[in-house]
Amino acid sequence: MRKVLTGNHALSYGAKLSRAQVISAYPITPQTEVVELLSQMCASGELKAKFIKVESEHSAMASLIGASAVGVRTFTATSSQGLALMHEMLHWAAGARTPVVMGNINRAFAPPWSVWTEQNDSLSQRDTGWMQLYAQNNQEVLDSVIQAYKVAESLDLPAMVVLAAFVLSHTSETVDIPAQEKVDEFLPTYKREYKLDPDEPHAFGGLTKPDNYFELRYKIQKAMEKALNKWEEVGEEFEAFFGRKYGLVETYKVSDAKNLIVSSATIASTARNAVDSLREKGKKVGLLRIRVFRPFPAEMIRRILSSVDKVIVIDRNIGFGSSGIFCQEVKAAMYNEKNTPPIFGVIAGLGGRDVTSKNIIEIYEDVIKMEEPESDIIWKDLKI
Amino acid sequence: MAKKSDKKIIYKKEKEMPPSAISFYSMDYNKTGSWRNFRPVIDYEKCTLCMVCWKFCPEAAIKLEKTKKKGKEEVKPVIDYEYCKGCGICWEECPTRAIDIEEETN
Repeated sequence: MRKVLTGNHALSYGAKLSRAQVISAYPITPQTEVVELLSQMCASGELKAKFIKVESEHSAMASLIGASAVGVRTFTATSSQGLALMHEMLHWAAGARTPVVMGNINRAFAPPWSVWTEQNDSLSQRDTGWMQLYAQNNQEVLDSVIQAYKVAESLDLPAMVVLAAFVLSHTSETVDIPAQEKVDEFLPTYKREYKLDPDEPHAFGGLTKPDNYFELRYKIQKAMEKALNKWEEVGEEFEAFFGRKYGLVETYKVSDAKNLIVSSATIASTARNAVDSLREKGKKVGLLRIRVFRPFPAEMIRRILSSVDKVIVIDRNIGFGSSGIFCQEVKAAMYNEKNTPPIFGVIAGLGGRDVTSKNIIEIYEDVIKMEEPESDIIWKDLKI
Repeated sequence: MAKKSDKKIIYKKEKEMPPSAISFYSMDYNKTGSWRNFRPVIDYEKCTLCMVCWKFCPEAAIKLEKTKKKGKEEVKPVIDYEYCKGCGICWEECPTRAIDIEEETN
């Protein structure tokens, strides 16, 4: 069935189709509509889930960790300050190996107050042990929630589906809603091996001395490494079921490209238009969209980037005191390669400033004139 | 449930090790009452059996016990001193001031 959905409601439908059993959330713009619709679905009985109203995002995540440890499927959603308040519990969810799935709508941090999109909220959770996926349209938002449960539950790792504030969250697009029976077949009920169970009491996450803690951290990393293949595998399986293919990255016109634009989320979907316009002018340019950021698909990126002349990474985020975060990761992945092309890091669209196809064409034309990067950051559209 | 074992568990194989830290026994053996510096004591003359203390106890160290008072069956809150850490939350929350708190002397 096709329906016109906002990105927010695409998240709600993703959670509903995945038959989330416990939903716990606190409202924050621009995420509010996600849980508003889910609470309505719970109230009407359309979704058989326990909806827990909490006093903060920290409590939302804490309650989901408990529910997930019991062995049920859990969902929440938040944005910016809310995600920051969850931070301690994000580490806990990963350490407890509870496969919670959440939506995060990228919203710029305060101060100054902003409700518009920027990736610093989710990227500052980079090292918490959560998988992160950046969606480019509302169909991908819905599809990714379903896939996220499948990957998360197979490896006991939590996962975050990330989308841009307003550009997706409040934009209506046509979204194909898969049939429930098909989703049920694709995504069976969650089964947890080590469960919180009063009939068989265990303590979870208790004091662990250095002789075991080290290996538990190693196991999280190993699960992350396995997740690289799992995302690809689940993406292919998803295509067999629903006809839409997804992977760790997406490439566009790269096979004969001399220069590549690398980006994520909605800047990447806009960049596809820019690539088409540049191609019409005879420029051999392609696009690499990084969809899964954690685990970072370094090997795949190396394979694609090592054969081109120049790479332009566009970041809608900044690691203060360093540079764009996707750019840092791409550079780190390429460092030990023999034929590393120069990598130009562009920062654009902070605080939700529009990044249009025209802007991306300008970025390309300005950068391509340079032999080598003159600085770690090239600021696009800086007015001062 | 098995009792606490002092045997040190060292895993040699990745597969044998659970994904997260988990005890293989109930934590009942961990008698946290020895941590207590202050002892809450319920005065049953003042207690109205509202169970607020039972609800608030973060350690679930207040148990509900069936008793008979003047021939009538009732349920009263009883502090389990083997586990009570003496945090004083029950003393703070009791609406009728029926819980007193004393310094532990031993």
